Amino acid sequence: MTSPLEQKKIRIAGPSIVTANRTWDGAVIYRTSGQGWSADLADAAIVRTNDDARALLAESVADDLGAVGAYIAPVEITDGGRIEPGNLRELIRRSGVTIGLPGQRISLPLQV
Amino acid sequence: MYTYDEIDRTLVNERVADFRDQVRRRLSGELTEDEFKMLRLQNGVYLQLHAYMFRVAIPYGTLSSKQLRRLAHVARRYDRGYGHFTTRQNIQFNWIKLAELPDALADLAEVGIHSMQTSGNNTRNVTSDQWAGVAPGEIEDPRIWSEILRQYTTLHPEFSFLPRKFKFAITASAHDRAAIKIHDIGLRLHKNEADETGFEVLVGGGLGRTPFIAKTIRPFVHGRDLLSYVEAIMRVYNQYGRRDNIYKARIKILVHELGIEKFATEVEEEWQQMRDGALKLDEEVVEDIRSRFFYPSYEKLPHMPEELRKAARDPKFEAWRTNSVFPHKAQGYAIVTISLKPVGGPPGDATADQMDAIADLADKYSFGEIRVGHEQNLALPHVARRDLPDLWKALDKLGLATPNVNLISDIIACPGLDYCSLANARSIPIAQELTRRFANHDIANLIGRLHINISGCINACGHHHVGHIGILGVEKNGEEVYQITIGGRADEQAELGTLIGPGVKFDEVADVIEDIVEAYLALRARPDELFIDTVKRLGVEPFRERVYATR
Repeated sequence: MTSPLEQKKIRIAGPSIVTANRTWDGAVIYRTSGQGWSADLADAAIVRTNDDARALLAESVADDLGAVGAYIAPVEITDGGRIEPGNLRELIRRSGVTIGLPGQRISLPLQV
Repeated sequence: MYTYDEIDRTLVNERVADFRDQVRRRLSGELTEDEFKMLRLQNGVYLQLHAYMFRVAIPYGTLSSKQLRRLAHVARRYDRGYGHFTTRQNIQFNWIKLAELPDALADLAEVGIHSMQTSGNNTRNVTSDQWAGVAPGEIEDPRIWSEILRQYTTLHPEFSFLPRKFKFAITASAHDRAAIKIHDIGLRLHKNEADETGFEVLVGGGLGRTPFIAKTIRPFVHGRDLLSYVEAIMRVYNQYGRRDNIYKARIKILVHELGIEKFATEVEEEWQQMRDGALKLDEEVVEDIRSRFFYPSYEKLPHMPEELRKAARDPKFEAWRTNSVFPHKAQGYAIVTISLKPVGGPPGDATADQMDAIADLADKYSFGEIRVGHEQNLALPHVARRDLPDLWKALDKLGLATPNVNLISDIIACPGLDYCSLANARSIPIAQELTRRFANHDIANLIGRLHINISGCINACGHHHVGHIGILGVEKNGEEVYQITIGGRADEQAELGTLIGPGVKFDEVADVIEDIVEAYLALRARPDELFIDTVKRLGVEPFRERVYATR
């Protein structure tokens, strides 16, 4: 989970998406194929080549109004075609902290 | 505590108005993120994994009950009902919405709280001893000088765009509770041979990728020369500090590369040109600042009141009293540390309800004052010893009377990968598991004073380098792996810890710590030889052997 803030070269190792935080409230969002953003990972546009990743990221970064801090993140595609986070960082971003907030209890696998 | 005047209030209110407009322009698109980022950072607003994080300044760790209640209000109204006290005596809120931030700031400004310069390449919160003003044997209240520095560094036109962040810490006691030796400038208030009060000035401390213990640049600087001397240091840093590489931009790198003697020479040359100028502090200015600090009128009280004598029969109370209550400069009073490290809980967090309750207890038992320590606990600095039993009962009901201060489960931890976008690994679950493993009070006391520090990345916000046991989370092939160091310390004998061996996986960390503790218990020369002293005596090797014998 090397911080994606350290991404310098775009080189993806498998299916990937672009994710960011919504500008007005910081919520986690995903770039869709319709040039928009969704809070649902299931709506994320999937890219599979470095060039496509670069293009999707550039388009996302240019959309400065709705989203901030866009970067490329790995995903896994299940046999049923469901998109799942590809590492622990994205699992935490999608599902929330692994420790539970006051009044909440969230259970996650410890490692991806 | 310090009382704001009209200038302070105006400055904070104008800052809120400025930021409100900046947020408006960001949300409307008039400002791009690149243009806005520096502005939000200067107001302590980060982008984290899930949301924005809002860092609020608590200058030198001093809060009034009114301020703590307002922090509770922010937690409740704008966040998810809790806040996190940090290793720099600040508080962080993890779920804040940018659109609501100006309102949160305005609410805080009403009680004299702000978030200026809690982030960005400027001078950050000036931190100090959480027992300032009440510790026995203290030279004088270091917060007076912390406030002078705070005012001097706030919106300083020359130092608002430094090569990198800049941190001050001040201590005035023989035992350094402010960790001054890991700060960019550390100041130790003391008296010289002529019985004058001044500062030993240390420079170039810091953790992160390249940790250094600060070095003494001048053994004594008179109080009147503090600002001019500090300015000389910062001018040399501002001029020569690297700006080409973010990882080489702190003053510690400059001091290391120049050498302390050459650095001191440069500073001295700069200082001689300005020492008698506008920054020379008049006694009047110092007294004006001193006069705006509130000190209680202590009663003349007995050291061992009847209430305390009776309560001592309760072993649970005694366990808490012997652990969490500390001597006070005024007879009949005590400093009470409130542990924010409950078994199984995230270190340093407090709910809004707990904050409100602590504010009420501060009003009842501590003249309305609360302190925040860099070790992520709170303190009530003015408690009459006759009130200790009642205070304890109230804290116990709130889950705030865990008698683990300075013990193995009094863990310092950064938020880690659960929250932080810079992190590589989680820190809080490691801390939680360790508190569960060492929950037994008798065992914790048998082990004695032992500081564990956990960081979720090399930026070292958990101060792992200076933990008696330091734990650093890294990422290796997509997995969380933890490097363990031992022998670090953050006090007046500050030292960096030594790596004991290869990193271990997430679910092995607690076992490794148990092995280290077992090795210590077997190797210590006497029951009262502290862990840190056993490590110093024997070195890392016996612990390395124990941990890696079967791994």
